[in-house]
Amino acid sequence: MSLKHIDLLICCGSGCISAGALKIKERFHEVLREHKATNEVNIIETGCMGPCDYGPVMVIYPEGIFYQHVTPEDVEEIVSEHFIKGRPVTRLMLQNEEKTFSIQKDVPFYQKQIKVALENCGYINPESLDEYIATGGYEALGKVLTEMSPQDVINEMKASGLRGRGGGGFPTYIKWQMVHDNKGAEKYIICNADEGDPGAFMDRSILEGDPHRILEGMMIGAYAMGANMGFFYIRAEYPLAIKRIKMAIAQAKEMGLMGENIFDSGFCFDAEVRTGAGAFVCGEETALIHSIEGERGNPTPKPPYPAVQGLWGMPTVVNNVETFGNIPTIFRKGAKWFASMGTEKSPGTKVFALTGDVRNTGLVEVPMGTTLRELIFDVGGGMIGDHKFKAVQLGGPSGGCLTVEHLDTGVDYESLKERGSMMGSGGVIVMNEEKCMVNVAKFFMDFCVEESCGKCSPCRIGLKQMLAILERITSGFGREGDIEELQRLGESISKLSLCGLGQTAPNPVLSTIRYFRDEYEAHIRDRSCATKVCKDLMHYQIDKDRCIGCSLCARNCPVKCITGSREEKYIIHQVDCIKCGNCYDVCPVKAIEKEPGMHPDTVAHRSELGKAVNRYEDL
Amino acid sequence: MYKEICVKYAPNKDNLIYILHEIQDAHPQHYISAEAVHEISEYLKLPENHIYGVLTFYSMYSTTPRGKNIIRLCESPPCYIKGSANILRKLKSILDVSVGDTTKDGKFTLELCACLGVCGNAPVMMINDDVYGDLSEEKVEDIIDKIRGRN
Repeated sequence: MSLKHIDLLICCGSGCISAGALKIKERFHEVLREHKATNEVNIIETGCMGPCDYGPVMVIYPEGIFYQHVTPEDVEEIVSEHFIKGRPVTRLMLQNEEKTFSIQKDVPFYQKQIKVALENCGYINPESLDEYIATGGYEALGKVLTEMSPQDVINEMKASGLRGRGGGGFPTYIKWQMVHDNKGAEKYIICNADEGDPGAFMDRSILEGDPHRILEGMMIGAYAMGANMGFFYIRAEYPLAIKRIKMAIAQAKEMGLMGENIFDSGFCFDAEVRTGAGAFVCGEETALIHSIEGERGNPTPKPPYPAVQGLWGMPTVVNNVETFGNIPTIFRKGAKWFASMGTEKSPGTKVFALTGDVRNTGLVEVPMGTTLRELIFDVGGGMIGDHKFKAVQLGGPSGGCLTVEHLDTGVDYESLKERGSMMGSGGVIVMNEEKCMVNVAKFFMDFCVEESCGKCSPCRIGLKQMLAILERITSGFGREGDIEELQRLGESISKLSLCGLGQTAPNPVLSTIRYFRDEYEAHIRDRSCATKVCKDLMHYQIDKDRCIGCSLCARNCPVKCITGSREEKYIIHQVDCIKCGNCYDVCPVKAIEKEPGMHPDTVAHRSELGKAVNRYEDL
Repeated sequence: MYKEICVKYAPNKDNLIYILHEIQDAHPQHYISAEAVHEISEYLKLPENHIYGVLTFYSMYSTTPRGKNIIRLCESPPCYIKGSANILRKLKSILDVSVGDTTKDGKFTLELCACLGVCGNAPVMMINDDVYGDLSEEKVEDIIDKIRGRN
């Protein structure tokens, strides 16, 4: 083995892989061989580094130089200039108007972040147990098993104030205490990695980027409650995460960190991986337990809670991936240190997945209580293009949207709930002024209708009714009283549904009504969608002055509703128009405009035909 | 063939989901046939209706034959906001199928799926086990052409 001078960390999180990171890695191997420099450079595949939008990204040590948007064509230059001649390639560094950011920690994206659960993501090779141990891995487990009693562990968790990161925000120590106190022939601990929330991908990234951390967190929990068997329930959509955690389990067993009599403490532990098969509702703990048992993933009423009667009827704890991810650090650095971050009621940090119309999409970890403004504008770099911020949807389809007036709200469990949103698993979907909130609410509702397991009727039937009303509104058949009806239905579904899916599914609709009621009213009363997203509530119009009479629009119209001539110019026959947008795309002089509102001709036509076109009439 | 897969797992009910996954992956048409259900039911000593109950509950399993490559376009909100509807239109037109259908040559099945967890690079799709991100209409055409050329 020869000493290597340069460490090249290539982000191989799923985002960067989808942008071509693996090809770049291959290219590095090739080019280094050509330059006979394979002994000089250590190429390390790491987990997600966070800034997915800059992908593929890499960091080069010892300096910590950060390159973004790297392509296979850039590799030759990096090797010959940077590695051989020692001159970093400036054009691949992140630049803004004023400055070039050469070092990773100077990049604005990383500035306000404090990494706990993501500590090693993007820094170590996730497939190497040695690298995890070198960063302090399994130190916490050693300390717990050799120096602390199970009750000490639970007390320490209580002092840290850690709350479940899956969305509910239930204090982790209470679950552990309950299972600790309950008697059972067997006890089980389950890691919930059925991350279904659209817009959230932290669990995937931690499992892929630092699998041993999750395993260590799980084992500490198992020791505290007296469980000897653990399960990882991972979505089948995450093949890499499944592979990595299986590998971590095998490595830990080989090293004696798992199995019989760990650290000579008498504690035995084994873990297995179980996969889902595409059902959002399996993220709910009782549904998840049924799925592991080989049943349909239907939830069951609580109580009995899993802590009393869970997997195969035994006391069971279900914790989220990110929750486990915090635990090793809490025991290494102490509960006090952890509780000193964040807010009083929500201590610690939280991982958020920034997506949507924000510039720096990706994975970030900030202390609880960080304001939305810091999250979206400082870490996230603000909106793409010249667009204005309109709303942010937190917590996926179970959460609610917040608006400009909430930008200075600190993000924690309580303050979000108060404002009609929720933390959820930490998905942050940012939207600009071009998004129609009624349409977005309809989209979320559509998702929940599809994912409802159908067991309880409020969720199965109620959500469908809400969706039908939203469809009616967005297609121009909305009527007075629809908003109130949506609110009434939403509130009853929230109260009556069996599990979290139904209880929270009306949130996007209720919160958009709360903050964007005027948009709903415009859709219903004026038959107009100001953002021109709802096709029935907008129309295309040809500007006669700008039209050059080229006939391109008429020739591209699939329903032949555009007529005219070079002299008379062209017009759209509104009643027949299907709003496909072809004419808008092909016009060489941009003479076709999108106008909000239903065209008067269409309004007249619809009222003439009445019931014949209104399929919502009897609803 | 089905029997061989079954015996890799202990005959316990909780292995059902694993067995179904493996049988579906092993079949060239990526589906679970009536015959397979019958054999699983004998092996696990479970009634066929239980197996069908589980099989039809999860969206990743299919009881009808599918194409050689399965395209799963993410239909979740972050992808929708970044224009997945245009990608879907493009896929439908180049493959000449609607959602859930298989192309005439049996090479592709087009499906929609829930979040793939690559939202930072939305819109995304998965073809078999590979994820493709930051999709544009041109990119989609390229990807499909490449796979068509390969097999």
